[in-house]
Amino acid sequence: MMWLVLGITGWGAGWALNVWLARQHKSTATSLAVPVIFGLTLIVIWECLVRGLGISPVLLPPPTAIGARFAASTGLLWEDFVQTVIKGALSGYVLGCLAAFGVALLADRFVFLRRGLLPVGNFVAALPIIGLAPIMVMWFGFDWQSKAAIVVVMVFFPMLVNTVEGLLAAETMQRDLMRTYAAGYWTTLFKLRLPAAMPFIFNGLKIASTLALIGAIVAEFFGSPIRGMGFRISTSVGQLALDLVWAEILVAAIAGSAFYGAVALIERAVTFWHPSQRGRA
Amino acid sequence: MRRSLIPVLTVVGAIFVIWYAAAVLLNAPWAYDVAARADRVLTLPELVADTWAQEKPKLPAPHQVAVELWDTVVDKNVTSKRSLVYHAWVTLSATLLGFAMGTVLGFALALGIVYNRVMDMSVMPWVIASQTIPILAIAPMIIVVLNAVGLSGLLPKAMISMYLSFFPIVVGMVKGLRSPDRMQLDQMRTWNASGAQEFRKLRLPSSMPYLFTSMKIAMAASLVGAIVGELPTGAVAGLGARLLAGSYYGQTIQIWSALIMAAALAAAAVALIGLLQRVVLKRMGMA
Repeated sequence: MMWLVLGITGWGAGWALNVWLARQHKSTATSLAVPVIFGLTLIVIWECLVRGLGISPVLLPPPTAIGARFAASTGLLWEDFVQTVIKGALSGYVLGCLAAFGVALLADRFVFLRRGLLPVGNFVAALPIIGLAPIMVMWFGFDWQSKAAIVVVMVFFPMLVNTVEGLLAAETMQRDLMRTYAAGYWTTLFKLRLPAAMPFIFNGLKIASTLALIGAIVAEFFGSPIRGMGFRISTSVGQLALDLVWAEILVAAIAGSAFYGAVALIERAVTFWHPSQRGRA
Repeated sequence: MRRSLIPVLTVVGAIFVIWYAAAVLLNAPWAYDVAARADRVLTLPELVADTWAQEKPKLPAPHQVAVELWDTVVDKNVTSKRSLVYHAWVTLSATLLGFAMGTVLGFALALGIVYNRVMDMSVMPWVIASQTIPILAIAPMIIVVLNAVGLSGLLPKAMISMYLSFFPIVVGMVKGLRSPDRMQLDQMRTWNASGAQEFRKLRLPSSMPYLFTSMKIAMAASLVGAIVGELPTGAVAGLGARLLAGSYYGQTIQIWSALIMAAALAAAAVALIGLLQRVVLKRMGMA
């Protein structure tokens, strides 16, 4: 009962604080503080509800237990992180994005190829490609190679569609200007069209970054060596060790956010001139 | 549209050619193996014929998949567990339920974000952060936990679909509800329109194009959620279960036919929303 009261109090306090903060003059500090307080309030409510209602840790462990488990098994979590994120997701991400970029350049050079590839690419991008995971496991074995392969296929089409679209972004007027400078294909590509395509390319890279992690983890459900985040999650669910599962989820969330954040940071540095980035300083 | 027909057909044709060629390459070792054990030497036509007709090939040829699809879709009774239509329906029902729940949730959140400053500042960053968590990875846990509290069958899968599909709706609808510019909002004010009127007559109509675009993305995501949600249920029913069972027993033809079925479902659902979009926007005079 006391926990429940505490939870409701925490909720009220967090909400009141946020309402007060939102009324203040908008600044970097308030726009950072409000979501942080919201998140902390959620965690407090979670903890108090689990303890107050006596929910079994087999169903939903409280955040403190997850934290303790996370701190206790950093070695195991690191091993899984290297196997899934570094070896599986990252290598597939780099390969897939590079391949898509190359094909996009080709499709841009030959109009026939673009007209044919773009509708097919748009179509495939909407398909449940994750279903190819068992086939990739069958072809490339249980280790990280099969995970990288499924990531390559998953990131390829969103990246292709975005890059091709981006290469069309430079306006006719700008291209004409390059022509009056007697710039060749490659000069135009590097000085005008690639920079103009950057916002689109980064959009593709961001979409691909979340897809890559999902692909690598889900592919492990279909077979993996005895390490990896997907493997750990599926076996720990079987052992009802839900605190370890949540610790893996925490790792996945941190890795996913860091991955996305890193791409967004590079984007801000590269496309500082774009309207969506201006005025952010 | 017509201009791109020939290029598209060429690309699709090229995919089939590559598929057949890859089937020969990938299945050749097995064919040689069998031939060597039978003390035979395969000629090239024999090799090709064999690689396109194996029982458990590494990569089945397109016509093998087509035959399997015909077998399981047309020849089997729809209620039979061996019918692919039955499995597709199991997956589709979870997808549609999750999609509907996700659309309602996304719409509600978008309303809150547009009309409430505190929610805008506190919820929006978490909505974005929620999608960097690979929800598909924790699908098995969600299924198991919901089973333990007595929820089983359709709802747990639909919850995963909901989680994946609410995000595009929120982002699209926030953008859409904010799309009327200052001038239009001022115009509503000069007509002394109330908040509800402004919403019903200006904001909601102008958000429709955004809504349909987001719904297409949400539908595709929802299907992926339902398929992955079926993986940990012990391979009972649904396209995901067919994938898992196929990968356990090396039934590649079964995997590929389930994949093609999933692709057809996704394409049909997205096309349906596209049709709805065209009809609605035409009635509203926007397209």
